[in-house]
Amino acid sequence: MAADAPAGAPAGARGEPNHGIRIFIPWLILSVIADVLIWVVWGPHLPPGDMSSSASSQQFDIKVLAVAAAPVAIFVWVYFAYALIVWRHREGDDGDGPAIHGNTRVQATWITVSSVIVLAAFVFGTVQLVVPQGAGAGEGAQPIWKPSGNALQVQVIAQQWKFTYRYPQFGGFQTTDLVLPVGQWVEFHVTSIDVIHSFWAYQLGVKADANPGVDNVAYTKISNTGTITVRCDELCGLWHGAMYNFGKAVSLSAFDTWAKGTEVKLASVTKMLPPYATTYDPTMVAQMSKAMVAAGLGGGAGLYYPPTDPLQP
Amino acid sequence: MALPARISLLVVAFLAVVAIGAFVVLHYLLYNPAVEDYAAGVTPNTGAVVHVVLQEDPQNTVSTHPDWVSYFIQNPQTKAWVHTTLFKVPAGSRIDMTIYGFDGCTPLRNPVWGQVTGTIGGVEYVNGKPMSQINSWSGCNVGHTFSIPGINLNVPMATPSNPNANLCGTSPCSPATTAKNLYKVMTFSFNTPHATGTYFWQCRVPCGGGFVTGFGGPMQTLGFMTGNMEVVS
Repeated sequence: MAADAPAGAPAGARGEPNHGIRIFIPWLILSVIADVLIWVVWGPHLPPGDMSSSASSQQFDIKVLAVAAAPVAIFVWVYFAYALIVWRHREGDDGDGPAIHGNTRVQATWITVSSVIVLAAFVFGTVQLVVPQGAGAGEGAQPIWKPSGNALQVQVIAQQWKFTYRYPQFGGFQTTDLVLPVGQWVEFHVTSIDVIHSFWAYQLGVKADANPGVDNVAYTKISNTGTITVRCDELCGLWHGAMYNFGKAVSLSAFDTWAKGTEVKLASVTKMLPPYATTYDPTMVAQMSKAMVAAGLGGGAGLYYPPTDPLQP
Repeated sequence: MALPARISLLVVAFLAVVAIGAFVVLHYLLYNPAVEDYAAGVTPNTGAVVHVVLQEDPQNTVSTHPDWVSYFIQNPQTKAWVHTTLFKVPAGSRIDMTIYGFDGCTPLRNPVWGQVTGTIGGVEYVNGKPMSQINSWSGCNVGHTFSIPGINLNVPMATPSNPNANLCGTSPCSPATTAKNLYKVMTFSFNTPHATGTYFWQCRVPCGGGFVTGFGGPMQTLGFMTGNMEVVS
């Protein structure tokens, strides 16, 4: 270091190079290269893919955040490398560096850039929740962001350790098969009839908690046919790891054929089901009350369990 | 206290702690019920017919949880009933299963599981009568299910004809000495996959009475209302 330079003297006065420019130029070049690679090469392969509107929006979000984060990370690495190379300790240089008492320009730049990044992330995140109708997340029983037009309603009923799916617009049949159409908004109503589960349709970018007594609504619009991996994403008991299934996205006409056919095929089973409702209280099922009372079971009056049993937490 | 006595006490206390730890590991963490081997002597992937026999009881008086509902499996060689829910079957075979239902009714929380799926012909035979579904909400007629999600098998277990009669009270129950109206016999067939693997099975009636939402205790414990079907070749 130039130990004999006066403290606080400008760099040029010490005959030093312009470090700012020497850091800025490689940072700019590397950042541009990294961002182009992230957007063009890596971006299309980022999870969860682009099979649906919510998945696409999530992939877009991750791409944007990665593009924004890369220059920050590269700046740290470039500065670190520059400091190691240029400001390293040299043989015979045992003097102290100049005392630094702040730099208004650096501080102002730091605060301004940080504020812009945080505020931009806030605005971007908000817009990205509104535009794709919740971005595939469960919005509760009263969703704030709804798509316009008629959506296909699919009720997801979680139970240890299986998801079943109910289609109220097709007679309310219930099946273990998840089949969804391409090009139409899907309105998931996610609930549970025992413990807490989580419905995670990976390729659709849909993840919604399945809580007993709660109707959790999530939207998505599928753009491509293909296989959908569904997993429970909440530790729910002994066989939680086996609580998955594979659904499929098919054309609208193929879905219509499947739904109408399944409605007819399962008509006798559908007659056994309770009327469609957005939730099914696991502790009280009025429809089975008569059978339970006749059998001397439960607490009577439709209570599934006797009053001595512990309550749902 | 003298030094030898103190050392002895320390050693005894240390050994006691080690013994308790070993007991917990062996008895609770590493313990598994016996595996009944229905694959022995059967050539896999030939479509051979294997007859597997189970029973479901309202209690398990041979265990440390006598008030838990429980399945038992018959040993294929000795025909003795064994307190286990683990069994082994050959790949690519036809399983003819018989389940004696000694327990009373509990309605299915989700009546969709009253549908028979995954069996040959899509039916089970209840006391010889073919049935493709049982409505557990229309009467006292379903006690449990035998379900293997991995092969989409679901079979509701019918309950004894007389719901008010005293059920078999000592496990394992005996079809030979129990009145016919105090149990049902369910028979059904399914094919095992050609690929080997372990397929868990469970009951879909939340019959773990005394636990939150009925899904604790026997519903989550091997040897009672859930187990494994190991497909081997």
